[in-house]
Amino acid sequence: MEELINVVDWSRAQFALTAIYHWLFVPLTLGLGIIVAVMETIYLKTKSEKWLATTKFWMTIFGVNFAIGVATGIILEFEFGTNWSNYSWFVGDIFGAPLAVEGILAFFMESTFIAVMFFGWKKVSPKFHLAATWLTAIGASLSALWILVANAWMQYPTGCEFNPATMRNEMTSFAAVALSPMAISKFFHTVLSAWALGGVFVCGVCGWMMLKKRNMDHCWRSLKVGAWVGVIGIVLTMITGDTSAVTVAKYQPMKLAAMEGLYKGNHEQAIVAFGILNPSKQAFDDQDPYLFDISIPYGLSFLATHDFKAFVPGIEDIINGVSYDNEGNEINTVSYAERMERGKQLQEMLSQYSAAMNSGNTMLQDSLKNVINADFKHFGYAYLDKPEEAIPNVPLTFYTFHFMVTVGGYLLVFLLLALFFVYKPNILNKAKWAKWWHILAIITIPLTYLCSASGWIVAEVGRQPWTIQDLMPNKVAISDLSAGYVQTTFWIFAVVFTALLIADIGIICKQISKKSQTDLDTVND
Amino acid sequence: MTTYNLLQNYWWLIMSVLGALLVFLLMVQGGQSMLIHYAKPDKRALLINSMGRKWELTYTTLVTFGGAFFASFPLFYSTSFGGAYWLWMLILFSFVIQAISYEYRSKPGNIYGSRFYDTLLLINGIVGPVLLGVAVATMFFGAEFTVTKSNILNVQGSSISQWGPKHGIEAIFYWKNLLFGVMVFFLARTLASLYFINNIDDDEVNASQRHQLLINAGVFVPLFLAVVVVILTSPGVGYDDSGNAQWVAYKYLHNFLAMWWALIILLIGVVMVLYGVIKTLMKGDYKQGIWPAGIGTILVVMTLFWVMGYNNTAYLPSLLDVQSSLTLRNS
Repeated sequence: MEELINVVDWSRAQFALTAIYHWLFVPLTLGLGIIVAVMETIYLKTKSEKWLATTKFWMTIFGVNFAIGVATGIILEFEFGTNWSNYSWFVGDIFGAPLAVEGILAFFMESTFIAVMFFGWKKVSPKFHLAATWLTAIGASLSALWILVANAWMQYPTGCEFNPATMRNEMTSFAAVALSPMAISKFFHTVLSAWALGGVFVCGVCGWMMLKKRNMDHCWRSLKVGAWVGVIGIVLTMITGDTSAVTVAKYQPMKLAAMEGLYKGNHEQAIVAFGILNPSKQAFDDQDPYLFDISIPYGLSFLATHDFKAFVPGIEDIINGVSYDNEGNEINTVSYAERMERGKQLQEMLSQYSAAMNSGNTMLQDSLKNVINADFKHFGYAYLDKPEEAIPNVPLTFYTFHFMVTVGGYLLVFLLLALFFVYKPNILNKAKWAKWWHILAIITIPLTYLCSASGWIVAEVGRQPWTIQDLMPNKVAISDLSAGYVQTTFWIFAVVFTALLIADIGIICKQISKKSQTDLDTVND
Repeated sequence: MTTYNLLQNYWWLIMSVLGALLVFLLMVQGGQSMLIHYAKPDKRALLINSMGRKWELTYTTLVTFGGAFFASFPLFYSTSFGGAYWLWMLILFSFVIQAISYEYRSKPGNIYGSRFYDTLLLINGIVGPVLLGVAVATMFFGAEFTVTKSNILNVQGSSISQWGPKHGIEAIFYWKNLLFGVMVFFLARTLASLYFINNIDDDEVNASQRHQLLINAGVFVPLFLAVVVVILTSPGVGYDDSGNAQWVAYKYLHNFLAMWWALIILLIGVVMVLYGVIKTLMKGDYKQGIWPAGIGTILVVMTLFWVMGYNNTAYLPSLLDVQSSLTLRNS
């Protein structure tokens, strides 16, 4: 058992490591892709060589970042098979389809047009080149779409039916999988947050160049596009963040409770704006969950349901199976203890089903199948040893959520100010504090990356212990490997990816430094 | 044939096309393995720039191949990838280091130096084809695994696919698999020479690649013949309509005879590869050899996939429990 926990932990650590490294590069590809495409569109409209030079400057950085995004991405796809083999079998029919679509459509689209984008300046017409740039950016977003659809399905499994004959889930509706509310909110929230990151990146790089008094006109041109894309990105991220919260409240109430450190819910539930959790707090122990908190009345009820009066269940309520509508009527009566019991009954029925299948008793198979499918939403609870096992890591979920929201709020202000300076450049040009603004812009880059990674930590840690919400916990999803094997590959990944990250940062910094010393009002190549 | 069976066969056809394209595109890896023959930086740059516009196609084909396997035959995905852990991890590591090398090797600020990235390309150029060949060879010659689907009901968690303790290392050092892998490696180098001859307009490179073609094709052809003989004389796992599997002597030979059209396509493919190679070697001004050889390679690999999975054949035989063998029907 101890060995199993180690394999689970190391497998999770390896996936987290590779996913976080991958996500360091993807948002910049998504955000900068749009920014470069907009810049090239302006170039084609204005025929201005200055815009062409600016476009090429950012395209070079896009290319360096794109390569490492591709390199780190391949691992994730195959890791489902190598480290999560039970999971792969259990849901391959559903999860594999979006991944295959990604490979066939989006990835090929990206790799085809990116070659035109980088090598085709003098080989294809300007309009064709622009189309290739847009298609690369759109292709990257389409890649993200299918991955996020797959991820959303793990958070909210839908459009499928369990087949007891094969012991796996089979897709019944591709549309239900691709267009689930979780998938839609996740896609827009994630991709639009990447636009914000792309905008911040442009602001930060321009901040550094302006600090050095290099290519000021180029910087202002870049900022005009970067700040607009950033502002649109952050505003829409906040709107879709609101949608995401409602979706999470509906389909993953335990995650929402962990995000807020909420153990006992209430009507007109306040939201914690700032708080320090009580580290010794355990479910059902009557201790105060917070050492200190500043809360906004009605905030969580409104965030979760868009209704100030709504009841928001806490961790203990969810475990006990208690929730209420606005009239105070109980609306959820299935406790985790009961779900565990029903899950165990399901497992027993599945064993009976296998026996019936082997003996050719189709009548018994049919009757069992109906019962199994009706109660299948409780299937995963059979694997839990106790209800508390289904509580995610509350401190990690709570702090990363609040960090994400706080930095998100800061980014809105920062990007709006950046946009303001674009249209009132003299204010910044004449200000004595301009230097501090530029330094702030540089610091905002790593802050935004941390914010972005925090979002993923909330999404993934908040749904623990589930690989597939309610259906398959981590300990059932893994491959038959020893902890030592996974530990070894974890460290190999850690070393290789860190070395690649250092190389990537080194090259990007050198590119920026070198090119900033050339005249970026003219095309140099 | 039911619609479901038809779809399983159809998806295997797709897998065969993707697998064949992947093997053809391994010419990029073959080309990378040739960097060792060029000391002059300008000549190395010619080779790398020539491959630099093709590597993403190999890469995306590999990703698509994996995604398609995941979607269509998830039990293979979970059994082979989760089981032959080290084999697949080594393949993946070699592709990770490839992806960044093209972009980074000549960029200013490249802290490790261009030689470092050339070495990474060389590693991927050797390890990629050999180990991908080994992985495909396990589908002919079998692997040490069992599948027990009811393990999913074990409340303490237990994998449905159980592999031997070496987790893929044993597959790498099994002589039949290794023979297959080395054959794929020399095929990749042969195709790379044909590609360079077609793509690089440089007399020195042209001359050296014609020399390389002679050597690599000279090694590849006997290796290919050896692999064909080994496959045709090896047992395979067949299954009946109720899914019962058993070892069958000369299974792949029987499959070729039963699917005579596959045998004809195989022969056409072989002739096209030989035509592309021999004509390039015989005629100093002929540069189009990559086309017949490339198409021939695709045809040959597709037929190998067909005899591997069609005609009621298990495409991943289990050496430990024949009933666990993976077929188009059960996976």
